Amino acid sequence: MNPQSLLRYSDFEWWIKPTGQMRVPAIIYADEQLITDMDEKVREQLTNVATLPGIQRAAYAMPDAHWGYGFPIGGVAAFDPNEGGVISAGGVGFDISCGVRSLHTTLTANDLEPQKTDLAEALFRGVPAGVGSTGEIRLNEQEMDNMLCGGAQWAVGQGYGIPVDLDRMEERGRAIGAMPECVSREAKKRQFDEMGTLGSGNHYLEVQRVAQIYDAAAAEAMGLHKDDIIVSIHCGSRGLGHQIGTDYLKSMLIQGYRPIPDRELACAPIHSELGQHYLGAMRAATNCALANRQIITHLVRGAFDQTLPDAKLTLLYDVSHNTCKIEQHSVDGDRRELFVHRKGATRSFGPGHPDLPPSLLAVGQPVLIGGTMGTESYILVGTSESERLAFSSACHGAGRAMSRTQATKRWHGRQLIDELRERGVLIRTRSFRGVAEEAPGAYKDVNAVAAAAEQAKLARRVARLVPVICVKG
Amino acid sequence: MAAWEHFSHGSDIGVRGIGSSVEEAFEQTAVALMAVVADVTTIERGEIVEVQCDAPDLELLLVSWLNAIIYEMAVRRMLFCKFRVVLAGCSLKGTLDGEKVDPERHQVAVEAKGATVTALRVTCDQDGQWLAQCVIDV
Repeated sequence: MNPQSLLRYSDFEWWIKPTGQMRVPAIIYADEQLITDMDEKVREQLTNVATLPGIQRAAYAMPDAHWGYGFPIGGVAAFDPNEGGVISAGGVGFDISCGVRSLHTTLTANDLEPQKTDLAEALFRGVPAGVGSTGEIRLNEQEMDNMLCGGAQWAVGQGYGIPVDLDRMEERGRAIGAMPECVSREAKKRQFDEMGTLGSGNHYLEVQRVAQIYDAAAAEAMGLHKDDIIVSIHCGSRGLGHQIGTDYLKSMLIQGYRPIPDRELACAPIHSELGQHYLGAMRAATNCALANRQIITHLVRGAFDQTLPDAKLTLLYDVSHNTCKIEQHSVDGDRRELFVHRKGATRSFGPGHPDLPPSLLAVGQPVLIGGTMGTESYILVGTSESERLAFSSACHGAGRAMSRTQATKRWHGRQLIDELRERGVLIRTRSFRGVAEEAPGAYKDVNAVAAAAEQAKLARRVARLVPVICVKG
Repeated sequence: MAAWEHFSHGSDIGVRGIGSSVEEAFEQTAVALMAVVADVTTIERGEIVEVQCDAPDLELLLVSWLNAIIYEMAVRRMLFCKFRVVLAGCSLKGTLDGEKVDPERHQVAVEAKGATVTALRVTCDQDGQWLAQCVIDV
């Protein structure tokens, strides 16, 4: 995207003023280089989002924004139901409540080193990953509905994890208002044996080392120190969420709000029957994702018990980055209840927000930024300014710089695994082609994305993590 | 001439089928979808699955067809290599032929989450060649 075509509000804030059908401006947070590298489609999609009814303040794009489905990935938009606001299946995405969960271990890099290979094998054996994998858990219809209503709270009740885990999750691990009756039989069928599976594509389970601390006070509040070992899990609502996305995209295309500038923006008024049904199904999928990450946490702890039995793993935080949540925000001086879509964007509540657990109240919400298997990941923390800037939102990852097709032409999976091993990163996978498609070089520079998020005041860097072991789906 | 190919999308992958009829273009798009997931040449025929779908127009029918295949792949843990489509207006009956997934032999790269309406087109050119395409979220 040509930066000259945007109104430069500051070095990290770029505006597109409303024209034509746009109801609000579009605002992109990024530095000039990230803007230059950004797909022109981001502009088109963001300005389309700005035309939707009930949208408040602006349509926002985060520093990692790229071409998505209707909404750009890295897109944020909030709607007021009392002004005709809509909910969009594309604005949430197919992988509903996909997110990142990080576990803080009591280990340092030195403690891990002698057991690194054994741990990699134990994790690879213990956590089902990749196409066609199934979990140990088989749910019947009643258990499925209980899981869809209860989320991670259900999982903890079943013995997967401990109650204190729930303190470090958005909404304490359970989306209120789930309606399993609005989830199709097909969606449930895709999930009966997929609980506790990682999936494939850009999903991963990674053991990481804290390589750098940026904000000592925030790191201290999170208990983070240099060379600590972290485990991060990136996955979502598996087949159930994908099928709900498919089902409701079709329903919204046929029966949803008209006119829309692009079929991908299929949506329904929040106050309509279809809108309410989608919300109920989407919240059920959110609970599925939270339960899934909770079960995987249990499996990860089991793998550590086999190899490093003295290690304790506590939940640092769990964030979803494909969501629509009801939140209170200020618009023109009024506090309003808005439906905030974040597609490939992370919530970033600043210090003092009432939804934060007491231990994080003084510093703000952890924002977990996934990198790639060969490069860094980041832990950031929400700022006080992010509410005003983008409804308390920040970026979610590096974002692809190159298509999958281009990546497989450029890299070979086996060779990449060997190169990463030389650099001390152990990869475990069943698919060399999957590794090539996820080559670190196929992604944008996550360092630049994290730095831009900080410079734009959306979130502040706390720690940089480097990979040690990566299990790829 | 029947053919399929992939095209680039920022984070996912586009599938395109070309044929002398809509049916053939849809069948080729299904092969392109399967090639996103695995090496199609390693998939053997043997187990037949029938699917049925309908939609208000041909473009949404393509999306429904591909989503029906994605659903069958997911719940049956299967991959397919041969497809047959019969159309009656905007109703489709499809036959999928394949086998149970073997992740290492098939070199599966990625799951398909769903077929999207991004870059969605079903068109016929002046020579009577049909083209059917959309982006798959993976």
